[in-house]
Amino acid sequence: MGPSGSGKSTLLASIIGTLAPGFTLSGRIVLDGTEITHLPPEQRRTGILFQDELLFPHLSVGGNLGFGLPPRLRGKARREKIDAALRDIGLEGFAKRDPATLSGGQKARVALMRMLLAGPRALLLDEPFSKLDATRRGQIRALVFERARAQGLPVLLVTHDPEDAESAGGRIITLG
Amino acid sequence: MALSLTRAAPALTLLALLGPVTAGLAGTLAPAFGLMPALGGTEVSLEPFRALFGWPGLPRAVGLSLFTGLAATLVSLALTVLICAGWQGTRAFTALERALSPLLSVPHAAAAFGLAFLIAPSGWIARLLAMPLGWDRPPDILILQDPFGLSLIAGLVVKEMPFLLLMTLAALPALRPAQSLATAQALGYGRVTAWFKVILPRLYPQIRLPVYAVLAFSVSVVDVAMILGPGTPPPLAVQVLKWMNDPDLAMRFRAAAGALLLLALTVAGLLLWRGGEIALSRLSARWLTAGGRGHGEGPLRALGLGFGALSAALVLLGLIGLAIWSVAGLWRFPEMLPQGWTLRSWMRHGPEMLALFGRTLLIAAMSSGIAMILTTACLEAEQRHGLRPGTRALWLLYLPLLVPQIAFLPGLQVAGLLSGLDGTLAAVIAVHVVFVLPYAFLSLSDPYRALDPRYAAVAHALGRGPSATFWRVRLPLLLRPCLTAAAVSAAVSVGQYLPTLFIGGGRVPTLTTEALALASGGDRRIIGVTALAQTGAAFLPFALALLIPALAWRNRRGMRHG
Repeated sequence: MGPSGSGKSTLLASIIGTLAPGFTLSGRIVLDGTEITHLPPEQRRTGILFQDELLFPHLSVGGNLGFGLPPRLRGKARREKIDAALRDIGLEGFAKRDPATLSGGQKARVALMRMLLAGPRALLLDEPFSKLDATRRGQIRALVFERARAQGLPVLLVTHDPEDAESAGGRIITLG
Repeated sequence: MALSLTRAAPALTLLALLGPVTAGLAGTLAPAFGLMPALGGTEVSLEPFRALFGWPGLPRAVGLSLFTGLAATLVSLALTVLICAGWQGTRAFTALERALSPLLSVPHAAAAFGLAFLIAPSGWIARLLAMPLGWDRPPDILILQDPFGLSLIAGLVVKEMPFLLLMTLAALPALRPAQSLATAQALGYGRVTAWFKVILPRLYPQIRLPVYAVLAFSVSVVDVAMILGPGTPPPLAVQVLKWMNDPDLAMRFRAAAGALLLLALTVAGLLLWRGGEIALSRLSARWLTAGGRGHGEGPLRALGLGFGALSAALVLLGLIGLAIWSVAGLWRFPEMLPQGWTLRSWMRHGPEMLALFGRTLLIAAMSSGIAMILTTACLEAEQRHGLRPGTRALWLLYLPLLVPQIAFLPGLQVAGLLSGLDGTLAAVIAVHVVFVLPYAFLSLSDPYRALDPRYAAVAHALGRGPSATFWRVRLPLLLRPCLTAAAVSAAVSVGQYLPTLFIGGGRVPTLTTEALALASGGDRRIIGVTALAQTGAAFLPFALALLIPALAWRNRRGMRHG
């Protein structure tokens, strides 16, 4: 936890490997027993969700999920995996839809599923619930934590909302 | 491999820009001092300059170049600023903004021909006045190609003002003008005064380079000056071209000396302008904070909008005039419309026009394609390796727009002759890249840098490397600005006259060289056909740049803007 400007997002950027030029990083980042400090971002397998869903606006909903899916799955199996994933988050038959036509909660679910399909080894959350309204917020928060627990993913959440921090049920570190 | 290409891109781009300019300048410098072995010039001498200064028309030609260049720049900038100050954020402004891209895409030569058809003694304006004034033949006054270059200035302003307006619109959002204006207006400042006091001082540094480019272009312009400028003597740039084309090859030495003088003249013009900038900022320092809230804003606003609309109307009416002439049968003075209509001009010149159209577009497509590859590679290098150009690199980017074309193209032509590449399509395409590249970079760099970097972060987190991220995320998201930049580049290429003429050596004719070759002939029907075809060639890429994203993203609401 920490107020804006305390470096929460920068911390996440250093873990996923997209630290802006001008920052220097010291120390080591170890995930699953392997050091990832110097790996390029795409080989780190660190999943991240931002405050905005950042669904790619040029792809369909199914296309967004497919983007996360590793390429070795092909053809029919690939389509089935995407359909199953959509069913899983209650969006059956949404594969051809334009992401811009989804509601905020639906977008958040697609973004989460896209991340999970890529098979991450950790889940980083950059205030992903702060734009949702109170009821959706609880639902999505529960969904994210439940999925992470089911797949045994370590989760790092940065937020300035005490309620988010509490509900994560983990250790709380205060920055700044 | 892909990685090393993006790493090398900035260096390659600089080479593509600076190589031809420096080689060309060197190739102009040598003959100016008497060195050109092929023509028997083997010793350094000042004879070329002696011949140049011995030409009786020189003082007048120099004066004309400097006066028309400075006046055109001043008027273009003043109108741009007045329009923005008085109308930004209004509906009239949005309308003008929409007219901007089409206005910009009209080639200089076509706009100049259109204007000439309007203001000539037998043009539409005179015909309109003929009825009430009882003229039955064209009035005997020298409006077109007037000795003071006023029609030349008008021809430059109608094309340069849209360019400065576009550059201003690109620079404005970063200054958050709405907030500053609202603050100043809440303090009781009138809208125009508020704009001049709180926006302009921050805006001007952002558009300084484009203004310098307009000045350098206007001082050394050839194509517009051949159509609208005075003839005896013409502005210096036109005279240098005449010497270059003189059958007496010894004139080449004098031409080279004239080209160097024009370069010096451009530098002098820029220094003079810079002096004016400094003086004005000193003089206005007190005025800025003296608390005057402004009055008489109405007339200023009317002036800006009036002249802005007039200049857009002149280009549009000019094009309509060209179109009518191209299908006109008998058309006597002072009738407003021809007596009969015929497709004869199009039929007669159609096949030849089609070939020229094809070649013009081929050169445009190739040169803008190369420019776009270099530009995206440079911008991608910025994203991947943080290789971001500083202010100095921006000056280098503008160099081909600041150095007069006629100062280095003749030299480059010599280099082309020596290497045996002159007169080939490839050489023409390569030299077009030099002039197209700055525009490609200027129009693409802002949208490229403005794209939310978190899209790339998400793609990386999903396991995609830099090249997949580029092809599958960044490029599709930037399809619209990429196509717009390509269209701007293609339009610039279509309009190039001197590079095509010199490097093509007359063997690679395009619509532009053909149109200018017709300028002295005065056959309005064929000029109408050629200039319209030229406008069409410049306009087609813009139409595609609008159409393709609209089709590709017809089912993607999130892609409709941006």
